[in-house]
Order: sequence, then C-alpha cells, then structure tokens
Amino acid sequence: MRWPFITNLPREFNFDFVRLAPMAAVLSAILISIAVGSFVFRGMNFGIDFVGGALIEVETQKPLDIAGLRRVMTEAGGEDAQVQSLGQGNGAILRFRVPDDADLNASTQVVKGALEKAFPGIEIRRAETVGGKVSGELARSGAIALTVAMFLMLLYIWFRFQLQFGLGAIVAVLHDVVLTLGALSLAQLEVSMTSIAALLTVIGYSMNEKVITFDRLRENLRKYKTTPLRDIINRSENERLSRTLITGSTAIIALSGALFFGGPVLLPLVFTMVFGVIIGTYSSIYVALPIILLWGVRRDDDEAVPLKPANARPG
Amino acid sequence: MLAPSRWRLISVVVALIFGVLFTLPNLLPAGMRESLPGFLPKQTLNLGLDLQGGSYLKLSVDTRALRVEKTTNLIEDIRTTLRADDIAFTDLGQVGSDVTVRITDPAQANTALNLLRSRLGGDIATGGSGLELSAQPDQRIRLGFSEQALNAEASRAVDQSIEIIRRRIDALGTREPAIQRQGIDQIVVQAPGESDPERLKSIIGQTAKLTFQMVDDSVSVAEAMQGRVPPGSVVLPSQDEGPLLLKKRAVVTGEMLTEASQGFDGQSGQPVVNFRFNGQGAARFGEVTASNIGKRFAIVLDGKIISAPVIQSAIMGGSGQISGNFTAESANDLAVLLRAGALPAPLKVEQQNTVGAELGADAVRAGAISLAIGAVAMFVFIVLAYGLFGVFAALALVLNVLLMIGAMSMTQATLTFPGIAGMILTLAVAVDANVLIYERVRDEAHLGRSPLQALEHGYERALVSIFDANITSAISAVIMFMFGAGAVRGFAWTLLIGVITSVFTAVVVTQLLIGWWYRAKKPKTLPIV
Repeated sequence: MRWPFITNLPREFNFDFVRLAPMAAVLSAILISIAVGSFVFRGMNFGIDFVGGALIEVETQKPLDIAGLRRVMTEAGGEDAQVQSLGQGNGAILRFRVPDDADLNASTQVVKGALEKAFPGIEIRRAETVGGKVSGELARSGAIALTVAMFLMLLYIWFRFQLQFGLGAIVAVLHDVVLTLGALSLAQLEVSMTSIAALLTVIGYSMNEKVITFDRLRENLRKYKTTPLRDIINRSENERLSRTLITGSTAIIALSGALFFGGPVLLPLVFTMVFGVIIGTYSSIYVALPIILLWGVRRDDDEAVPLKPANARPG
Repeated sequence: MLAPSRWRLISVVVALIFGVLFTLPNLLPAGMRESLPGFLPKQTLNLGLDLQGGSYLKLSVDTRALRVEKTTNLIEDIRTTLRADDIAFTDLGQVGSDVTVRITDPAQANTALNLLRSRLGGDIATGGSGLELSAQPDQRIRLGFSEQALNAEASRAVDQSIEIIRRRIDALGTREPAIQRQGIDQIVVQAPGESDPERLKSIIGQTAKLTFQMVDDSVSVAEAMQGRVPPGSVVLPSQDEGPLLLKKRAVVTGEMLTEASQGFDGQSGQPVVNFRFNGQGAARFGEVTASNIGKRFAIVLDGKIISAPVIQSAIMGGSGQISGNFTAESANDLAVLLRAGALPAPLKVEQQNTVGAELGADAVRAGAISLAIGAVAMFVFIVLAYGLFGVFAALALVLNVLLMIGAMSMTQATLTFPGIAGMILTLAVAVDANVLIYERVRDEAHLGRSPLQALEHGYERALVSIFDANITSAISAVIMFMFGAGAVRGFAWTLLIGVITSVFTAVVVTQLLIGWWYRAKKPKTLPIV
C-alpha cells in the first residue's frame, strides 16, 4: 500500500451502477415492507415526549432488581411501568404513565416516595414528566418541522436543478425516513424529541448526498449532450465513487466515538445517525437516480437543439 | 485561486484569534478565568440542563380558572351595585359563560341596566372592563365579557405570572433562572444547578391568593353544609379546625400588603408571618374591625382558612401577624410568596425535567470523550487517505472546532447532549467539503492538467457542490430552530454555526495552506494523485 492511501485507488472505476438498480429496487421494497410491518406489528417505542408520562433515572445501592422496581411503581399507581437497565453499574431508567384524570406530578411524587422507601439509598439522578397537552404539542411541532424542511428543500432543488431532481430527492429522503423509523421500531429504541433531531440530521445529510450526486449528473449532462442518460448516470457515479467512499467512511468513523463511548443516553441518537448515513448514501444512488432515469430529464439547459436519448421525454 | 491574497490571510488570522480567544475561557479553571483582564471574553459554553444538571418546568396558566373567577366576581359586583341603589332583583346567576339577573320591578329595569353599565361596563379600548350588557325579555339583563376582554386578561395574566415567578425565584436565591413565555399561555422556567426541584415547584406553583374575610354566623356551619348556604357566603375548609362559613366578599386582599416577613410570636414563640397593609388596606381593615368587635374574621390562603381569630378591638395601625402552625421555613416561604404577590391564575405543571448534577457531569464526560475520539479518528483517517493534503484538512478542522466552540460561547447558545452528536456530524460534513475539493483536483490532474491548474480548477468546480450542499443543510437547521422545542433548538443552532464555520475553514484555510505549500515547493506532481 502506498501512502497517501488515496493513490492506491484506480484512476477510473467502471462499475455498472444502473445494472443493479432493479435488484436495488427489490431490496428497497423488501426493506420498506419490513419497516411498515414493524410499525404495524411492533409499533414505535414512543418516549414520554410524545405520549406523556414520567421518566425517572435511578441508581440503586444493591444490584438492580428489575421486577421489584416494576412492582413498586405499579403498586404506587404507575401504569405501563417499564424498567430499562442502563447496563453500567446499577443504573436504570424507569418509565410509567398515570390515568388521564390523575395529577401527573403528584403521582410522580408518590412513586418517588415509594421507590425511596422500598429501596433505601436509591439515588434519583433525573426525573422528567410530560403532560398530555405538551406531548401533543411536541409531536405536532416535530411533524411540522419535518414537513416544512422537506418542502423547502424540494423548492431549493427545483430552483437549482429541475423538478424531477427535486421529486427524486424527496422520494429518496422519504425512503430514508421510513427505513430509519423502521430500524428504530425493530430495535425498539425510544423515540423522543432527540430522535426527531437525529432524523432531521439524517435528512440533512441525505439531502447533502443527493445534491452532490445531482451536481455531478448535471455537469455531465451538459458535457455529454448526446450520451444516453443511463451511461451518464454510470459515468457520474463512477467519477464520484472515491468521494462517496471517503466521505461515508469519515462520517461513520467520526460517529464511532459517540457510538461506543457516548453511553446509553446518546446511543439511540448516534445509532439513528449512523444508520442514516449508510441509508442516505445508498438511496442517492439507488432511489433518487433511478427515479430520474425512469422519468427522464430536460437536456436543453444551455442550447436550443438537444439530442434526446431514447429513454428521455421532454420535461 | 491559489495566488497570495491578503484578504484571505487576514480573514484566517482574524478567525484564528477569535476562535482561540472565545474558546480559551472554557479550558481555564474558574479562578484564572476571573483574573483575566477585562477586555478578554470570559463566557464559557452555556451547557444545557442535561449537561450541567438543573430543573426545567413548563407551566401553563389556567385561563379557565381565571374566567370562572371573573364570573364569580361579576355576580358579587352586580349584587352589591343593585343593593346599594335599592333595586330589587331575583334569579342572579350564571347562564353558560354569561350572567343574568331579573329585575323585580319592570319600571326599574332600564335604570338598572344603565346603572350596571356605568358602574361595571366600559369599552376595553378606553380602559374599561369590556363587559357587554343587553336587555332581555322578562326584565332580564344579560352580562358577559367579550372574547377580546377575556383574551386580553389571559395575556395580562401570563405576563403578570412571569413577573411574579421571577420575584419569587429571585427571593430563593436560585442561580440565573431563565423564565420565558412560550406560546399563548405557557411559561418555561429553567433553573440550573442543584436547586431542589420540589421546593422550586411548590414556590412557583402556589397561587398565594390571600384574603381576609368575615365569618358569617347567620346560620350554623352544619346547616350550611346541608345546602342552606346564604347567598353571598361560602363554606371553606380550614387548616386547624372544621370548615367555616365565610362571606364571599374579601375585606382586604393580599394585593394591599406592602410588607411580609417571617417572625416569632411574642408570647408563644411560634413562627408567624408579620405583615403591613398599604393605606387603603389599613383604612378598610380598621373600619371593618371597628364595626365587628367580638366577631370572627378568617385569613384565607388559596381557598383554605389558615386561622380565624376573634376581633378583640379595632386594628387601626395596618399591621398584624398570621399565625397557624408554621415552621420557620414554611412561614418564610409564605412571606416570600406574599411579598412577591399572588398569581393571577393557578399554574399547572405541564412538563418537568430534572437532571442531577452528577448525571450531567457523566454526560459531559461521555460527550467530551465521544467528540475527542471521533475527531482524532477522523484526523488519522484523513491524513492516511490524503497525506500532506490530509494534514491541511485536519488543520482546517482544528480551526473549525475552535470557531464552533468560540461562536457557541460568544452567542451563549445552549449546548445539549444531542448537540454534541450534531457537532460530530458537522465535522464529518466539513471534511466532506475537503474531500470534494481533493477529488476534483485529482480528476483534473488525471485529465493531464498541471498541478497548479488542477488545484485551481478543482477548487472552482467543487465550490458549486459545496455551496448547494450546505444551503440544504442550512435550510434544515433553520427549520429545526424555528419549529423545534427545547433540546432540538440547541441542536439546530449547533448545526447552523457548524455549516458556516465549516464552509469557511474547509475552503479558505486549506486554500491558504495549499497556496503557501505550492509556492514554497513548486511541486511537479500533487501528493494525492
């Protein structure tokens, strides 16, 4: 191996990306079915940010007694009591809900008191309660943020490129969102306000990828006016393959510290990001570009008389 | 593009100085930070509650209770006004959200309407109550507040509540509480540090409405409890004895207090709250006590009787004491509440988040380790991949980290735990800008261009992609900032700062470094080709 390593890469790649597109379409369809199936059958593990309730993080003196903790919470009036071990020391996250007509804060006090009595020396490190009214607002503001962000990005890409590029990007990003949520659902990781932030970051990164992809495609469309779209896509992807590999690896390497040393609180967030980086790279090549290939592009950007390839319609 | 440019050098030097100056306070121990000369920045990163520990409370003002109270007061006002002018009436009561009253003598119906309108009504624009009155068939008068008046009142109540909460928390001596209005009727209180969340909540959540009301002894409490409550009276529970029947109308209210402090009773040595009325309160209290010697009055706090002493003599001086099974702390808390004033409406805790300081410290440690490992791994990778050019990119990245931390310290943006993850991904996207440039340079070199031309063209071409990509990132950051709540906003701000600093460092800094290197070495080939 020569150093710098980049010099070991071949000068040109000749990989037929488009040939794999039908297989990728099948793969995406399968993955989306799994994700949707998981939504239906496993559901999302919504945190208290979205469904309301209380969360208490504790550290017990003795080794964790998960069943005992759950029993004490239930006896003190907590519904849906859950105990999640933090996997380090004797820490655990406790969650429960209270009936709609009960005072959440008062009930939380009762549960705290019961825990302190049943487990002497228990340390309450964090306590959160979210009322039903607020949780509805949080869910709404999260949904609004997602929708508005996607719409503005669509407009921007339309403005900078062409409408079909924008739609290709949006479909690809929706694909990423569904798969990321599906992964969260399969792993039953908690979905909180933080997960919305992670999801938005994934969208941002994925859009970034789409824009870089389109940029090269647009450039080659102008450069090779008569080459079929399929070949231009292959050419563009091969040209930027080294960049795709290096940037993707960099992102995952950068996040690896947080993945392994960030602790259980950061894990759902970092997991979402790592998953999103991978899926965002994939969907640029195998969702956004195939849509553009099927739909066709307008190739009269600069000159009035274009030579249209067989599979492209005027836009 | 690689030609020496004074502007580029100056901007990088300025950025470097800025980054170091504003990042430095974060690395110094507190003592040294204080002793820095005055012109240097001293602000450190504003850590979110999840990183430094503390309490977050989201409260909503109960505007429905406010309406109920307004209606109750209106009924009392109507009763007093009509009685004072000897107008006989029946059927005074609430109908839906309005109040109706029937004037017994048809001849007086019009007089009554005009009287009520002039005493209680008035256009809201000219400082009136916004009360709307209308004559109904069967000598009835209907009175109700306009929606505008009710909304104005609710909005005023939220502003007032914020002011009162601030006064109460300041009296507790909590460090730098942040109190903000959110939406129409919500208030967010953030108190960092190891404040006791329950005490905070009890001192914020209590309405602290204090009234002095006469005890009504026209019927016995037992009779009243069976449903025979005389109009204008009410049965209230008491702290020490059984419930008592009181006149609804308050003689004096907590608003008329000018002073309240914790003290001890001269005889029993029990903790008490000493208070003093303002002129109006003192006059009223003196008047009422003078004409009711031998009767009882009750001191009522938030609908509960604290004590009900017998009036021994007229109390003219305007000062007095409240006794009633206090501890020194509870008497002190009550004094704080009375001094700060009553909340115009009850507050409801909608969301609460308390993070212990120790957990926060753990999070800071985990975040710092994650960031350090991520950054070092990235440096190693980029240097392995691109050699000398990788070193340039790594140097740009170091400046980027300094600028991000400096900008966040300067703007006092809140850095949250998710924000650290956001910073890490921002660094990765910053590297992407360099990767784009270098890959373009390689492409150009492979096409047979000279090193200088390859560099020039590479930068120029890559800039288009970098620009488009970062605009889309900025769009998502701005949207998150606008629509997000709490932790998400801090995260969005981190991303936005990162987008700006990373474009600057990845492009301008590496340009400067590569320019120097090129002029010094005049290389025949580029190390990355």
